[in-house]
Amino acid sequence: MSTKTSLPFFDTESAARKERIRQLKRGFRTFAGNKLSLVGLAMILTLVVAALLAPYIAPFPEHAGAGVYFDQASEPPSATHLMGTDTTGRDIFSRVLFGARLSLLMSGIVLSIAISIGVTLGLIAGYLGGTTNTVIMRVTDIFLAIPPTLLAMAVVAATGASLFNVMVAIAFSWWSWYARLVQGEVLSIKEDEFIESSRALGSGWVRTTFKEILPNVVSPITVKATLDMGFVILVGAGLSFLGLGAQPPTPTWGAMIAQGRNYVTSFWWIAVFPGLAISFAVLGFNFIGDGLRDVLDVEVD
Amino acid sequence: MADPILEVKNLHVHFETHDGTAEVINGIDFSIDRGETAALVGETGCGKSVTVKSIMGLLPSATIPEGEIRYKGEDVLSLSDAERHSRRGKEMSMIMQDPMTSLNPVLTVGEQMMDVLKWQGRPRLSLSKLVRDALSTGAKAEHRKRAIEMLGEVEISAPERVFESYPVELSGGMRQRVLIAIALLSEPDLLIADEPGTALDVTTEAKVLDLLDELVEERDTSVLYITHDLGVAREVSDRINVMYAGEIVEQAPTVDLFANPQHPYTRGLLESIPTLSTGIGDGIEGHLPDYTNPPAGCRFADRCPHAEAACHEAYPYPRRTGPDHATACHLFDGLPARERHESLAADPVDIGTAPWLAGGGDAPGDISADGGTDQ
Repeated sequence: MSTKTSLPFFDTESAARKERIRQLKRGFRTFAGNKLSLVGLAMILTLVVAALLAPYIAPFPEHAGAGVYFDQASEPPSATHLMGTDTTGRDIFSRVLFGARLSLLMSGIVLSIAISIGVTLGLIAGYLGGTTNTVIMRVTDIFLAIPPTLLAMAVVAATGASLFNVMVAIAFSWWSWYARLVQGEVLSIKEDEFIESSRALGSGWVRTTFKEILPNVVSPITVKATLDMGFVILVGAGLSFLGLGAQPPTPTWGAMIAQGRNYVTSFWWIAVFPGLAISFAVLGFNFIGDGLRDVLDVEVD
Repeated sequence: MADPILEVKNLHVHFETHDGTAEVINGIDFSIDRGETAALVGETGCGKSVTVKSIMGLLPSATIPEGEIRYKGEDVLSLSDAERHSRRGKEMSMIMQDPMTSLNPVLTVGEQMMDVLKWQGRPRLSLSKLVRDALSTGAKAEHRKRAIEMLGEVEISAPERVFESYPVELSGGMRQRVLIAIALLSEPDLLIADEPGTALDVTTEAKVLDLLDELVEERDTSVLYITHDLGVAREVSDRINVMYAGEIVEQAPTVDLFANPQHPYTRGLLESIPTLSTGIGDGIEGHLPDYTNPPAGCRFADRCPHAEAACHEAYPYPRRTGPDHATACHLFDGLPARERHESLAADPVDIGTAPWLAGGGDAPGDISADGGTDQ
């Protein structure tokens, strides 16, 4: 049989690339159709840039750690100290910038751990079904029944307060949401004909689940992860606030609020600016998450 | 049979349901010779797909087929999961029914083809092999070349572009071609085609069928063709097995079957084929029997225009009614097709010539034009 070749003037490879780019553009237009998601994107980009460049843009990088500067203690916001100083004279703006690093790092790591565990278990439970499914999903239910903050507190209380323990603790209480989300998706996808088709072509269950099904559940996972970035920051800040997170003088937002809460009436800026930073991050991630949900057209809850 | 690549002997499959055990496949026998195309024809729900899944080993794990399925002389039902697995995708391959849903929507055609080439029926790769594959670009380039070549062979005019496309970007006919290309990638010895083209419009279907026919002819692949359309079966197959309610009611070479259809069900099917001149025929009255409580005698008796008292009582074992023609019907006198039925055949029910042969004129004229019998 004669193999037909493409027409000489039709460069198929670059055409395919152009098509990919067109698709991305189309996706971005849907995303940008919602103005709030653009705002969210801008907010998070600002946050990420601030976090990355914290040592260079912070006016007083040395204030991130311990330090006592009583000559400038509890100063209200001014041109030198954009967000004022705390009771030991450290520049709050600098500390908030360094806090952004910790918050983003923490959510990133927590979600990586939670997603790896949750998605793997959800895929296995959904695809294999039967007893495996029952065991995995009942354990998941138990974890879902306990509020994440409470469970994380219990874990931190047992293992000792440190930034690392907080991350493990939150991941430990967070994976179950992903397991349930993914298991539900897998249940519907595994009935699709292409799954049987791939099995007929010799794919084993491991390859079927991870190579064929996993790419089909990436969208809902992405949307949920984006929304969760904010919530994990919130829970992390909550734990820090309760003294269960990174220990002072580490500049986490939650710990800074905790420090400032005794002086709210006299030096309001000590607690308010870290609080605004938390709201800023959570809001930004939520806006992006909503935008992505529109683009990817998925339902996560 | 000379050298069958696939032999199915006395295959039984039953499912446990709320209403009891459903005997979905009730002892079917058939075989496919090397290089032959056999068709399995029957209406929806008669057990064609279950038969195919039994052969491929794709039934839900709770359902265990009984009987014998011999692939190249070896009973695949007695093999371990891993051993069966290693035959899927490499030795036997399958084309799915619906081109719209049989391709993974989130992977490009290329990725799906490369996967088949990369794994070649291996359930899992060793880590070292996996790493070696990831590092060597040579194998990848070769797979890519092979995949694009295959796309060219199924007459896709811009194979490179299709290779990079996602299934949504392709039309139904293109996707069916891609499915054929994927199924033939590993050069299987046995290809199972589960109603390919049914989801396409007639002209596209005809083209795709022609193409498939040509490709398997070139490769000397044995094909089991599943269809509900006798017309399609006539086009593509060398041999036809007509299936009804989990049983094979008639088997004969294609030419023979159309020249001399014997089982009333086959005749009903033939009458149901719409033609431009006669329109849609009357079809067959009634519907499939309840699998959980099948009739003791002939499963077709309730719908059969020629049924007699005996049909409701005695089970119609397949009888050899010609040199290479078997029919499971009391109305035909002949030697049972299999030795295991010998005792029952000692006293065959002799009810004379089939009514439509005795009556003469009322047999469907245009289909069995030379309706002579070889008895």
